[in-house]
Amino acid sequence: MNSHILNFYTTPIVDEIGVKERVARLNSRSVKKQSKMAALHLALSMIDLTTLEGMDTPGKVIQLCQKAKYLHAPFSDLPMVAAICVYPTLVKTAKQELEGTAIAVASVATGFPSGQTDLQSRLAEITYAIEEGADEVDMVISRGKFLAGEYESVFEEIARAKEICGKVHLKVILETAELTTLDQVRRASEIAISAGADFIKTSTGKAKTGATQPVTLVMLETIRDHHLKTGEKIGMKPAGGISDSKTAIRYLVMVKETLGVEWLTPKLFRFGASSLANDVLMQIAKQKGGAYQSADYFSKG
Amino acid sequence: MNNRLNIAKTYKLYIDGKFVRSESGRFEALQINEDSVVVNICRASRKDFRNAVSSSRKAVDGWWARTAYNRSQILYRIAETMDGRKEQFLEELQCCGMKTKAAEKEFETAVDRFVYYAGWADKFQQLFSTVNPVSSSHFNFSLPENQGVIAIMAPISSPLTGLVSLIAPAICAGNTVVCLTSGNASLAGITLAEALHASDVPAGVVNLLTGIESELAPHFASHLDVNGIVYGGSDSHISKQIEVDAAENLKRVKIFLNGDWSDEAIHSPYDILQHCEIKTTWHPIGT
Repeated sequence: MNSHILNFYTTPIVDEIGVKERVARLNSRSVKKQSKMAALHLALSMIDLTTLEGMDTPGKVIQLCQKAKYLHAPFSDLPMVAAICVYPTLVKTAKQELEGTAIAVASVATGFPSGQTDLQSRLAEITYAIEEGADEVDMVISRGKFLAGEYESVFEEIARAKEICGKVHLKVILETAELTTLDQVRRASEIAISAGADFIKTSTGKAKTGATQPVTLVMLETIRDHHLKTGEKIGMKPAGGISDSKTAIRYLVMVKETLGVEWLTPKLFRFGASSLANDVLMQIAKQKGGAYQSADYFSKG
Repeated sequence: MNNRLNIAKTYKLYIDGKFVRSESGRFEALQINEDSVVVNICRASRKDFRNAVSSSRKAVDGWWARTAYNRSQILYRIAETMDGRKEQFLEELQCCGMKTKAAEKEFETAVDRFVYYAGWADKFQQLFSTVNPVSSSHFNFSLPENQGVIAIMAPISSPLTGLVSLIAPAICAGNTVVCLTSGNASLAGITLAEALHASDVPAGVVNLLTGIESELAPHFASHLDVNGIVYGGSDSHISKQIEVDAAENLKRVKIFLNGDWSDEAIHSPYDILQHCEIKTTWHPIGT
């Protein structure tokens, strides 16, 4: 029976230098021509177009949904982005606007971005978001509790959130910038996965730094180890600061090399980003037309 | 006896306020005098150009947001800084075959051009602005504003004056520029970048590349984020192709084939206007 009791005090430690070297080695891969075009299309289909500002209005969200539906009129063969990511009060607006499309609506919840409020109201926020029509929920963990070593209570909050979500996709935001070390990232990832997360996500986009490649690699390796142990497939979502195609392609290379092609799908990998889509579109246009592009000719996100 | 070894200078590209080597790693060897002294100069690639354009694009709003008076001060400051480096400029101009007298004239004209445009920076707008008569109860006025990013291909024949005559009116009008200098002209060009760097010119307002004109011209002309292009070279095939490629996004094109850069008549406030868009405003009267 003992082997079933999870002990988060003894999660594997991470070789930080090794991770950085591996990232550097993967970054030296050259992706050109057809492979680049395929990667750009794939990246586009994995984007969660995001707007999470205090000044968001229904009008802004409608604009973003229009962007999602009509990425760039001159190209007919573009994939859809995966989802729109908004605050809970704007879920209904997004849902109405995206009716009839395959684009999902994701809502942040649980006291985003800090998570510093009591568990009941955080869970109530999830219920509210789902009632409003959210297909996916992006929750934040209590970093304060995590850093204080209260791993059970972090596990508990994620498990209860998943209970409420049921079939709704639950993405767990670790806010890795606040976890300080890669060891902690590994530990938080294991807690989130074993508590029932469908996706683990790096950042809120509100901290000093967003997603970084080393952090993402550690999280991908946690997902891989979990898959080898149980056969379950957990998704990954780096978010915050990924704004150009080159970086996006580097992330895709990491995913492919760590988890294999099965993970190269929007079902298991997403980018949380607001300006990445336009950069990818500009790169696709560059590949097709030859000339360097200008943001003037692409709709605002 | 002097045992001191020569210190050879590395001439690097000037992109986004930094001196960098070409991302391509390419360079060209230039023999600069009869003693076979060779200098290695970076050969910019299209990706260096792309980086320079994004840097210029980022710098446009900040440069235009400064007061005209401040732009004037900075242009004058460039003249001051250049003057302090006279010896170096003269030496480099002589390296590309100019006689002492000619080099001196070239240098002095270049410095004077900056002084000239420094004077115009806070005056051209009032000169070219108009109040227009309209048959409704509106004030109607037009005024010149900056265009954006200007790509410049500088002449080889006039390494310093030619380059300055093309840069100065463009930045005077609140634009940011990406310039290419080629061949022997690159030496003085990069030294000009050093003067710019020391003259409070914000990063990205002037980006300077060294490379081969025929290789980079198609990219200069076709880049959709460039608003205007000026060709100061001497190849009519290149200039024609520039006009064709620039049509794609209606860049404003100005060609100076074999211009006489030392001529006083070549500078005028109309060169500033060349780099402006005219904005017209309708303002209701009495409401």
